[in-house]
Amino acid sequence: MTLLALDWILMLEKLILIAIIVFASLGIALYTTFSERKVAAVLQDRPGPNRAGPMGLLQPLADGLKLIMKEEIIPNSANKALFILGPAMAMTAALMTCAVIPWSSSVELFGRKIDLQIADINIGILYVFGVVSMGVYGIMIGGWASNNKFSLMAALRGASQAISYELAMGLSLIAVLMLSGSLSLKTIVDQQMAPGAWWNIVYQPLGFLLFFICAMAECNRTPFDLPEAENELNMGYHQEYSSMKLGFYLFAEYVNMIMSSAVMASLYFGGYDIPFLDESTLAPNIAAILGVLSLLTKIVIFLFLFMWIRWTIPRFRYDQLMNLGWKKLIPLALLNMLATGAVILWQQG
Amino acid sequence: MQALTNRVKPVSREPMSFMERIYLPNIFKGMAITFSHIFKKQPTIQYPEQKREFSPVFRGLHVLNRDEEGRERCTACGLCAVACPAEAITMEAAERMPGEENKYREEKYAAKYEINMLRCIFCGLCEEACPKDAIYLSETFAPANFTRKGFIYGKDDLLIPDKNKAPEEYAAAKGAARV
Repeated sequence: MTLLALDWILMLEKLILIAIIVFASLGIALYTTFSERKVAAVLQDRPGPNRAGPMGLLQPLADGLKLIMKEEIIPNSANKALFILGPAMAMTAALMTCAVIPWSSSVELFGRKIDLQIADINIGILYVFGVVSMGVYGIMIGGWASNNKFSLMAALRGASQAISYELAMGLSLIAVLMLSGSLSLKTIVDQQMAPGAWWNIVYQPLGFLLFFICAMAECNRTPFDLPEAENELNMGYHQEYSSMKLGFYLFAEYVNMIMSSAVMASLYFGGYDIPFLDESTLAPNIAAILGVLSLLTKIVIFLFLFMWIRWTIPRFRYDQLMNLGWKKLIPLALLNMLATGAVILWQQG
Repeated sequence: MQALTNRVKPVSREPMSFMERIYLPNIFKGMAITFSHIFKKQPTIQYPEQKREFSPVFRGLHVLNRDEEGRERCTACGLCAVACPAEAITMEAAERMPGEENKYREEKYAAKYEINMLRCIFCGLCEEACPKDAIYLSETFAPANFTRKGFIYGKDDLLIPDKNKAPEEYAAAKGAARV
């Protein structure tokens, strides 16, 4: 009868929270594809998609419908099991990240205190890194299983890019961890929220810059979109994919973008902290809702930044990418880490 | 070596300065440029609703003209077909019968008049060759079609609607204010 001893309401509460967050991130990703097109258009003096619905707002639904209705093609020479596993893996890895992100403080409903975070695990940021690296398997497996030289080249590039930039990303993160002394994202955010505390960006401007560049590389965004370079690899690892499998790959990229924006907001920009406002003076429920809005605003700003950069900077060459990663970012990240450590030691006396 | 013209621009082989090598200032400059484009006026024309005006010398689809009483002006003399460099025009002449004076202006008329719009280069030489002011290029253009045959325009496609009987169709066939 140990089963009954479980906190069933907690389980239910977490399940509902998971459902809400997964569907919300999918919905936001849906509209991120739309805003990507709109931002691209506006930056290039065009109006962008504006035919489907008012101001083209139904465009993502039309795009999704189109992808679903397309014929599902699996090439004869492809490894079928892996071919299907690829996009599934990319999508799963992208969505799994949202489990540890603190979306806001807790709300009180029906006399229960509900944390707006699926799991506050004490190695939260490590978990994010683990899952993000899993995302590369989506690209690698997809590229390998397609049995196509361009896809394979793209998979190779994707893997080497992810490995090189994860290093610099991890090193720039260590400086933040030295400041906070915790791997839990919730603790990191709470420390930045405390009255009188500054956001981590103030202490770690270089660290943030490095982290941002690496996050862009991890998400395969231009200028780091070598795995899907249209003009060299004609679409790269998802060349053989069609229908919703392709949709999953494209979608996973946007979910990844949202998640890395959320992680960056939590690590460097105070997460759900509202600037210049002491949340403890508000009613907890209102503070929680405002916190979600604040985090979403930060995410949207980051997403715009991602798009803005994409439509400004051309793609790196492969050797430039590797040079930047290994010869510039990693030494800089090490330097940043050492400097942070030295300052902390000096302050402790 | 002596430069051949005075327009030669020497390539700078100097090593990049530190500011150039860290690359970020130029990235920010580029981003400022793209950002400024958000506020630029868009030159887009929302096509089916808005249409760009044709220039006054636009040479579009042909129309066979009528006179003030609504009679066909064409006498099937064949000068347009002779003038046509693409050999797109063919016609057959017929004699006007008594009682048809309200349909045809002169004693001879075109029983069949065909222009192959796939051959036509819209040069307007037919318009210049016509002694009777019977053929004009309008300010409309040939819509898409599924078959090659569909592009061979007969008299029923080309003949302009009667200005007195159907003024709206007349204006539509003419395109803009011309003829």
